[in-house]
Amino acid sequence: MPAPRTLFEKIWNDHVVWVEPDGPAVLYIDLHLIHEMTSPQAFAGLRRRNRPVRRPDRTVATVDHVIPTRDPNRISDPAVQEVLAAIRRNCAEFGIRLHEVGSEHQGIVHVIGPELGLTQPGMTIVCGDSHTSTHGAFGALAFGVGTSEVEHVLATQCLLQRRPKTFEVRVEGRLRPGVTAKDLILTLIARIGIGGATGHVFEYRGSTLRALSMEERMTICNMSIEAGARAGLVAPDDTTFAWLEGRPFAPRTFEAFRDLTTDEGATFDRSVSIDAGALEPMVTWGTNPSMGIPISGAIPADASEPALRYMDFRAGEPVLGHPIDVVFIGSCTNSRISDLRAAASALKGRKVKARVLVVPGSQQVKRQAEREGLDHIFREAGCEWREPGCSMCIAMNGDELREGQYCVSTSNRNFEGRQGKGGRTILASPLTAAASAVEGRVADPRKYL
Amino acid sequence: MDPITSFRGKAVALNQPNIDTDQITPANYTKVTDKTGLGKILFAHWRYKNPAFEPNPDFPLNRPGAEGATILVAGDNFGCGSSREHAPWALVGYGFRAVVSTSFADIFRSNALKNGLVPIAVDPATHREALEAAEQHLELEVDFPAQTITLPSGRSASFPVDSFAKRCLVQGVDELGYLLAHEPDIAAYESARKK
Repeated sequence: MPAPRTLFEKIWNDHVVWVEPDGPAVLYIDLHLIHEMTSPQAFAGLRRRNRPVRRPDRTVATVDHVIPTRDPNRISDPAVQEVLAAIRRNCAEFGIRLHEVGSEHQGIVHVIGPELGLTQPGMTIVCGDSHTSTHGAFGALAFGVGTSEVEHVLATQCLLQRRPKTFEVRVEGRLRPGVTAKDLILTLIARIGIGGATGHVFEYRGSTLRALSMEERMTICNMSIEAGARAGLVAPDDTTFAWLEGRPFAPRTFEAFRDLTTDEGATFDRSVSIDAGALEPMVTWGTNPSMGIPISGAIPADASEPALRYMDFRAGEPVLGHPIDVVFIGSCTNSRISDLRAAASALKGRKVKARVLVVPGSQQVKRQAEREGLDHIFREAGCEWREPGCSMCIAMNGDELREGQYCVSTSNRNFEGRQGKGGRTILASPLTAAASAVEGRVADPRKYL
Repeated sequence: MDPITSFRGKAVALNQPNIDTDQITPANYTKVTDKTGLGKILFAHWRYKNPAFEPNPDFPLNRPGAEGATILVAGDNFGCGSSREHAPWALVGYGFRAVVSTSFADIFRSNALKNGLVPIAVDPATHREALEAAEQHLELEVDFPAQTITLPSGRSASFPVDSFAKRCLVQGVDELGYLLAHEPDIAAYESARKK
């Protein structure tokens, strides 16, 4: 009998091309996703060495970070024009498929990979973007890399990697109404800390995970990096296969993926358990994603002083009820159709009391939402319905907060200035964001179920 | 990249934990196609009062005596957040050769080493002493091949470096060159998987 192995070990071992004693593994990468922000210098490196892209057929590009979401074709910033021109030129010259502005499948890289069926169980996937961990929801080992490594993968389809450690996150029980996947991952990050999983790959397991939809699993895996983890994994199951079936690049059969699970008796380097039934909707009060509390709670007494100063919050006070200026519903964490449906359910027939941006994650999500009439619900409530892109998650595309503004955001990072210099971000689920939009203050979504 | 040996340099302190890559290089300044010239945007939101780059006199890098610093001493979990390699590009562009902390985020550590920026993770006592020295803009000495850092008191402490990354940086081995040398193995792997 071979020794029992974790899901991570199975995928890792399957992709090691070569490894020398005490050296890093040459790890084969099945799918390389590219966007405009972190790729230009990698292509410049290829040109300097006069190298081709080894597997353009395993490389897929989109534009998302710098795209204006009001009118993607009206770009006045010369820096944006330059990086867009660079990715167009690079993809044309090296033979890479680019999902361009206005094309059928343009969108946030971590939304389009899965929806095209490019993301598949058992794969290794990288992208010059830390939220590549999203794709782990399909049982793929997916992680973010720097631009030097983007160049390495372009040139060789491989990366030099040390094997990370494994970290089991066992979640049992049923989430209560109004408590979402976003609240679950914010709870985990608050519990173990922003660097709590450095050097590790999470595997999310347990009855709660089995009951979650693919989009909920993506939300969870997406934020693995916010606890410092390289990646997050969920073993594929019938939910995974049903979601992938029929997508343009999806496999035709799924039987081969059935053994992509952690074997009985396999051990993890670390482990943590969460009781899903005890969770509440979460909100952050500080300047990193681990600074979160249940919505009925108070900011801890030992809260970081610089974070409180930046947010203009005080220890011991609640976040619930605090007035807000902006609500952002979007990002690779929460811009999929189920996120928009959740937000629309709370907004239907109501008016918002804040500036609200609703930004679908992809053209496909946008079309689906419009088929369902969600855009009407958002517009009638007073929200702005935008074109797909990273938008106000990263504030490098024209969508940003003004100094001092408070924003309830469905994105992944509340770092200082992340949504614009001096802007104050409160991370929450789409449901909490929509409820807060209705009240113009941080609101408990459970009133709107 | 030139091989790294030993160096001595003025230290400056940024005593905060969890300094993320959005602070090191705010996204709005990363719309670039080159990796050089980013020293100016390093810590831009903290370092400047406004988009016209008017210096904020309270920021440690702008204080008298901080000029010419080559070693940054920062708090725990330096470089968390985004994978952007703009962060080490900007640190190197500014003139930093090493960052001293108690720990580093994974992607930042990897990105730093690829750009000759040495992430020096030390024990809390050494870190406290390095911070005190850096508050006074004193010099620290880094012996990269020996993996030691020497404080003004004369006390030395060791720090970990990935053995392969060290070989690359000390001998000037190019990581991509190493990968390219494995081309036959990669081709064999691909053809074996096709079957």
